[in-house]
Amino acid sequence: MLDNGGTIADATWAHLLLALPAIVISFVVAVPVAWVASRFRRSRFSLLLLAGLIYAIPSLPLFIILPLVLGTSVRSIVNVIAALGLYGVALMVRYAADALDAVSGDTVLAATAMGYGPWRRFFGVQLPLAGPALLAGLRVVAVSTVSLVPVSALLGVNSLGLLFTDGFQRGIFAEVLAGIVATVVVAVVVDLALVMLGRLLMPWEIPRVRRDGRRDAEVETVAPS
Amino acid sequence: MQIGPPQLARVGRWVMIEFRNTSKSYDDGTLAVSELNLTAASHEITVLVGSSGCGKTTMLRMVNRLVTPTSGQVLIDDVDVADRHPVELRRSIGYVMQNSGLLPHRTTVDNIATVPVLRGTPVREARKRALELMETVGLDRSMARRYPWQLSGGQQQRVGVARGLAADPNILLMDEPFGAVDPIVRADLQRELLRLQAELGKTILFVTHDIAEAITLGDKIVILAKGGRIAQQGSPAEIMAEPKDEFVTSFLGLDGGRSLHVDGDLVVDPSGRPVGRLA
Repeated sequence: MLDNGGTIADATWAHLLLALPAIVISFVVAVPVAWVASRFRRSRFSLLLLAGLIYAIPSLPLFIILPLVLGTSVRSIVNVIAALGLYGVALMVRYAADALDAVSGDTVLAATAMGYGPWRRFFGVQLPLAGPALLAGLRVVAVSTVSLVPVSALLGVNSLGLLFTDGFQRGIFAEVLAGIVATVVVAVVVDLALVMLGRLLMPWEIPRVRRDGRRDAEVETVAPS
Repeated sequence: MQIGPPQLARVGRWVMIEFRNTSKSYDDGTLAVSELNLTAASHEITVLVGSSGCGKTTMLRMVNRLVTPTSGQVLIDDVDVADRHPVELRRSIGYVMQNSGLLPHRTTVDNIATVPVLRGTPVREARKRALELMETVGLDRSMARRYPWQLSGGQQQRVGVARGLAADPNILLMDEPFGAVDPIVRADLQRELLRLQAELGKTILFVTHDIAEAITLGDKIVILAKGGRIAQQGSPAEIMAEPKDEFVTSFLGLDGGRSLHVDGDLVVDPSGRPVGRLA
């Protein structure tokens, strides 16, 4: 297995090149769609239904249908990223809509009263306050995307998934195992990276209020100097 | 400490808010405000007092265009607010609300600096001014980097007041700003507001459901009945001396067992307990 370190590293890199763009696309596309769903109540039902339907499309057929729409080849990484992104968006829209809905109306009103224009209010107030819930959703999307990537190996696209297909075909159990372990490790690392990014971008961490309305005692004493 | 009326002599500008036949009805048919005619005089505290559902918050929000009147006008110094850009208008008017309405993801100092930063003041400069304002409203500078949840209710309201004052607006709209704090802190905040007002001479429109608070703070009190109808308006002394009708009498608590009377500049109840103070 150590001898094959180079192969595993290459496959990991290829895996990330498919997963990371798809995760970014999921977030960037889902947030505006969720904004529409959250802002215009009537659109909410249909948008979330559409997202649910997209998520229900089986992945292999999607990999084969998408090239017809995009004009790419089946084995192009653009095709794979688009398919992964589509699933990510479908999953993320609901999380993002809920996250935006949960921002306190009073705070948004206060921001409006201070003289925030609509754009600045969205990027300066609503988006950051929805941040923790958006992050929670994005973590699910990220892990799900990383573990969906191997399906593309059936098309012959390079990723850790090739270790499964190759290992199965040639009956090398260690190769299959290496693929599984590496995929899990990539998922965990991506997840941790998102948590760190969240800490960096959202330093205000508001403590959860307990059911009796009081804050956790340990948190109460913490005050940044 | 005796608190006198605001020193107006040095304040040259006049800043007057005027409602002209202003009405607001909602889609469901509720008439929140009907044919309101009211003037809030320059550099004075005008208190709108009434029980919930009397349209007082709606009135306040029509001044900075958070609510658009169905008919009639709201004018600031004879200019209809409808002719002004809503975002610019709001940045020129201080707004303080119940539960402070602070931005939970911003520190104290950044919350206070919000409006100046929106108006284009460099962040460093705005923060420096915010620190000065913290002292003005009686907040220790050590609070500067705390987030709102790390402050007590009273401290949050002080931050709210500082934020309302940060861009040095001529007008301050205050929507039950001291409604959610305990009575001792509230009395403290009321005293501070009067002290500030003696210094700053803003035109303040203040909404409360607490008649004692209205008497304590108001240069003029406007007692509102359902549907935003004015039951009576005047100085606290005028209203206390001559309540116009039964509604006002009962609102003041002058009927039955809980009659109030004026003793010096204190308003006291029958057991001699002071419940308010004439400003």
